[in-house]
Amino acid sequence: MEFKLKIWRQKNASAKGKFEDYTLKDVSPEMSFLQMLDYLNQQIIESDGEPVHFEHDCREGICGSCGLYINGRPHGPLTHTTTCELHMREFKDNTTIVIEPWRSKAFPVIKDLVVDRSAFEKVIRAGGFVNANTGSTQDANNIPINKKISDRAFDAAVCIGCGACVAACKNSSAMLFVSAKVSQFAMLPQGKVEAKERVENMVTKMDEVGFGFCSNTYACEYDCPKGISVEFIAKMNREFFSSKVCKSKK
Amino acid sequence: MIKLDSKIPKGPLAGKWSNYKSSLRLVSPANKKKLDIIIVGTGLSGASSASALGELGYNVKVFCFQDSPRRAHSVAAQGGINAAKNYKNDGDSVYRLFHDMIKGGDFRAREANVYRAAEVSNYVIDHFTALGVPFARDYGGMLDTRSFGGVQVSRTFYAKGQTGQQCLLGTYSSLSRQIAKGTVTMYERRDMLDLVIIDGKARGIITRNLLTGEIERHSAHAVVLATGGYGTVFYLSTLALGSNASAAWAAHRKGALFANPSFIQIHPTSIPVLNDYQSKLTLMSESLRNDGRVWVPKEKDEKRHPNQIPEAERDYYLERRYPAFGNLVPRDVASRAAKERCDAGYGVGDTGLSVYLDFKDAIEKQGKKAIEDKYGNLFEMYLKITGINPYEEPMRIYPAGHYTMGGLWVDYNLMTTIPGLYSVGESNFSDHGANRLGASSLMQCSGDGYFILPYTISDYLSDEIRTPRINTDHEEFDKAEKAAKEKIDRLMAINGKQTVTSFHKRLGKILWDHCGMVRSEEGLKKGIEMIDQLEEEFWKEVKVPATAGEYNQELEKAIRVADFFEVGRLMCQDALDRNESCGAHFREEFQTEQGEAKRNDAEFAHVSAYEYQGNRQREILHKEPLVFENVELKERSYK
Amino acid sequence: MSKKGFSLTSISHKYIMAAAGAFLMLFLVSHLATNLLLLAGDGGAQFDKAVEFLLTNPAIKIMEYVLFAGFIIHIIIGVVIQLHNSSSRPVGYKVALKSEASAFSRFMIHSGIIIFIFLLIHLYHFFFVKLGFFPLYAGAETGHDFYPMVAYTFKNPVYSIIYILSFIFLGFHLKHAFQSAFQSFGLNHDKYTPAIKVVGTIYAVLIAVGFSIIPLYFLFLYN
Repeated sequence: MEFKLKIWRQKNASAKGKFEDYTLKDVSPEMSFLQMLDYLNQQIIESDGEPVHFEHDCREGICGSCGLYINGRPHGPLTHTTTCELHMREFKDNTTIVIEPWRSKAFPVIKDLVVDRSAFEKVIRAGGFVNANTGSTQDANNIPINKKISDRAFDAAVCIGCGACVAACKNSSAMLFVSAKVSQFAMLPQGKVEAKERVENMVTKMDEVGFGFCSNTYACEYDCPKGISVEFIAKMNREFFSSKVCKSKK
Repeated sequence: MIKLDSKIPKGPLAGKWSNYKSSLRLVSPANKKKLDIIIVGTGLSGASSASALGELGYNVKVFCFQDSPRRAHSVAAQGGINAAKNYKNDGDSVYRLFHDMIKGGDFRAREANVYRAAEVSNYVIDHFTALGVPFARDYGGMLDTRSFGGVQVSRTFYAKGQTGQQCLLGTYSSLSRQIAKGTVTMYERRDMLDLVIIDGKARGIITRNLLTGEIERHSAHAVVLATGGYGTVFYLSTLALGSNASAAWAAHRKGALFANPSFIQIHPTSIPVLNDYQSKLTLMSESLRNDGRVWVPKEKDEKRHPNQIPEAERDYYLERRYPAFGNLVPRDVASRAAKERCDAGYGVGDTGLSVYLDFKDAIEKQGKKAIEDKYGNLFEMYLKITGINPYEEPMRIYPAGHYTMGGLWVDYNLMTTIPGLYSVGESNFSDHGANRLGASSLMQCSGDGYFILPYTISDYLSDEIRTPRINTDHEEFDKAEKAAKEKIDRLMAINGKQTVTSFHKRLGKILWDHCGMVRSEEGLKKGIEMIDQLEEEFWKEVKVPATAGEYNQELEKAIRVADFFEVGRLMCQDALDRNESCGAHFREEFQTEQGEAKRNDAEFAHVSAYEYQGNRQREILHKEPLVFENVELKERSYK
Repeated sequence: MSKKGFSLTSISHKYIMAAAGAFLMLFLVSHLATNLLLLAGDGGAQFDKAVEFLLTNPAIKIMEYVLFAGFIIHIIIGVVIQLHNSSSRPVGYKVALKSEASAFSRFMIHSGIIIFIFLLIHLYHFFFVKLGFFPLYAGAETGHDFYPMVAYTFKNPVYSIIYILSFIFLGFHLKHAFQSAFQSFGLNHDKYTPAIKVVGTIYAVLIAVGFSIIPLYFLFLYN
């Protein structure tokens, strides 16, 4: 297979970037998308150029490092698929593939296709945890949890923190990411104890670090590689409302 | 001359840890604040160490090379996490878990360490549940368990096929909590380049800021390495591409002994190599073997589609060879059996290097829904990568480099041979002997970090309360920084023609062929020679583009690969020195008539710990004898 | 936890937007019900009665102010959200987003602006005339005599087309708005949400069609 690649190149955070064109021949349909980029980089290095920087690590769709905006969609054309799981057989031969970094005020570009997602860290640090010290806990089976609820909490907990929801949202909103964490803990008895404080703190931080406001377009759900449901956003709205309205002042 | 002292406490096995724990010295809360601890790595063991120590009030600094601690490769563990809870009333106990691990490790691990790992496993499950980790539950709301990887009890807790992810994210959340509290300072996107030793004690590290290329100094009263395994030495492995040995190797160079380097687990169920550009082998959880049946055609060079091959013409070789355990034999046994079939010409796929893992019977018996519930995400992953739907035709699998039982030698306190330098999780060698049992890595990593290290490191630090903050202007920091910079400059100056990755691939191939599932004296010697040549070529021919003073992913790789040559050589050396077969280490010369591993307990019931002597110098082998007082050394039989 | 001074979180914006929107949606129903009386074919007798009631009932008087507030809040918050969101992605994509967000949801501000312009025309025609800012229409005796006004304006095909187009855009707006309001209030449930979406679509179509029938009636059937 042969492709024309249009790739965003930017030397560093302060440099002005631009799209570069590459022609890549002899691409195998068995290659994963990132292997295709490895292959491109090999050729760039061998011809004394500077390779395209992109983030990746586990290459099996679980670490959340990779994230490229491919032909108008975060993680490319397949649903429920991370960039590293995407294979070249999904593309038509002799076409152009445009590769861009995530775009959001909260995710500034660091280099080429690498963006800074530390805004997510800040939101998690604002409350994405259960305040339980090591050693302070009782036997795991002392609190039974309804299987359905536990499974639902798991559905929220599968978030890999890749940022595709922000990239896919026309508003750059991080509601799906934040709501997944808020919901996971709000559903489980262990997390319920501090659910009200958690949702307020995390939402406040989410706004502070520069994400946009949700307008219920649901593009996030559509492009989430783990298929996390916007039901969790509704859940967070509910949690937030009850925390604002029902929490006593004391 | 280093003398190995494992510091195993006296007394009966079951009481060792609890008695020892209560005798360990403590540090008062007021003093903890004045003590700095560096932790390198944020996987399950690093993040759990950091959060537990942060909770205690130490001043902790944590480093990871990724953009976030949540990305560490613990995230990819699939199957589950063991604990001796006996929730199933099936006769499990701490002793039984201990015994399974010792036996699974082919009697090459320390009794006391393994027993302790089994003992704390129960606390680990309690703690994760308290952190909101959504483990699978049954309809009564109780935690569910499954049987996993070669044991006869059901003790594996799981969260679909994403147990590692859920455990890591739980640990990450507790780490984030400490970061928010200010007890832990997080340094992302840093590679550790060197260890700084002052007056014989580990006092700091040199790091490279991966975004700016800046070389930084960080000091502490103690350093903990939680840097994972070195399985990426094979290039193609189930590990993350960024996983590397460089931090542990820097410690090794500075005097920390490296134990059992040749003990590398080859995981039997990975998606096989599909093309030349492959950068990674994806694991299909071992749990699949609970319901999937492994087979190859009875005829050589079978060309028919697997669904067309009738039952009578299939060789379910694991069930045939090991009737008692069948498809659930331990990983090393399953891997070698697959290799044996493929080498004999019965392998399937274009390359002939794969076997079938078939779910037809399971789907017929349990229904598609039940299988989907258990393995849905794994089947989906397989479909995405190969384009083949495993609900309709068998998966193809082949063994791949996975987990390194070997690692930095540590005593019972998890301290290396360098005072003040600790190693936890996969980066140490301690609990898995010559082969790791499934679902025990998450268990060991979290046990080390949450429930062991906090006690033992406090004992060490109780002597350090009068030591003021370590000054990074010390000449040892100057020296270490200079050496790190020189190495980088040397790499940048080569300006050859070949990419770093091309060398890594070649190195991986050498090791896979000569120091993989089956080893021989001749092959290992040849392997060492080839590594020597390749290393020479690397230092003449490698090309690292751009400059060192910026974000440079090629330079990161080059630094890691440069160390892998040395790691690979030591692996081969150890495999040569160990004239027996045990666990994952299989020497052709030492096998039974049926082709099973033949252990030599009289001569090799010891830990091999190597002392660095300079690159290409024969490392000095120290032996720590293994004493078995509570288990009987037996041939490991799964027949 | 909110910052000092007047500041709302993103979710508070959503709630206010949804609350005002939901109120406006209810208003549309009552407005449509009244307007459909125009089609009674009785020369506006029933319609006039309804208008009479609306004009004299004190509760309705109060609701008028609430209605204005509803519009203004909905518009202002809508603009605030839009401004904030456009600043959240200072550098855009070269290839436009293909994520399967419905066009209705993506273009709420655009359909909103069209509706706002229509609203101004609407106010010009009815409200300001009522207040006496503009001269009466032919055939009308007072500023409250709406029937002849309606008949007069809808006889103008240009106005009728503008009117119908505006209501088509309103339909688009409502198509997203109805279920979106539920989502914002946190009312998303795997059992009921599909039904809510269907009801929302029916609602949007009924409003758009219902209002559009009136100009068509006056244009083609009334003389």
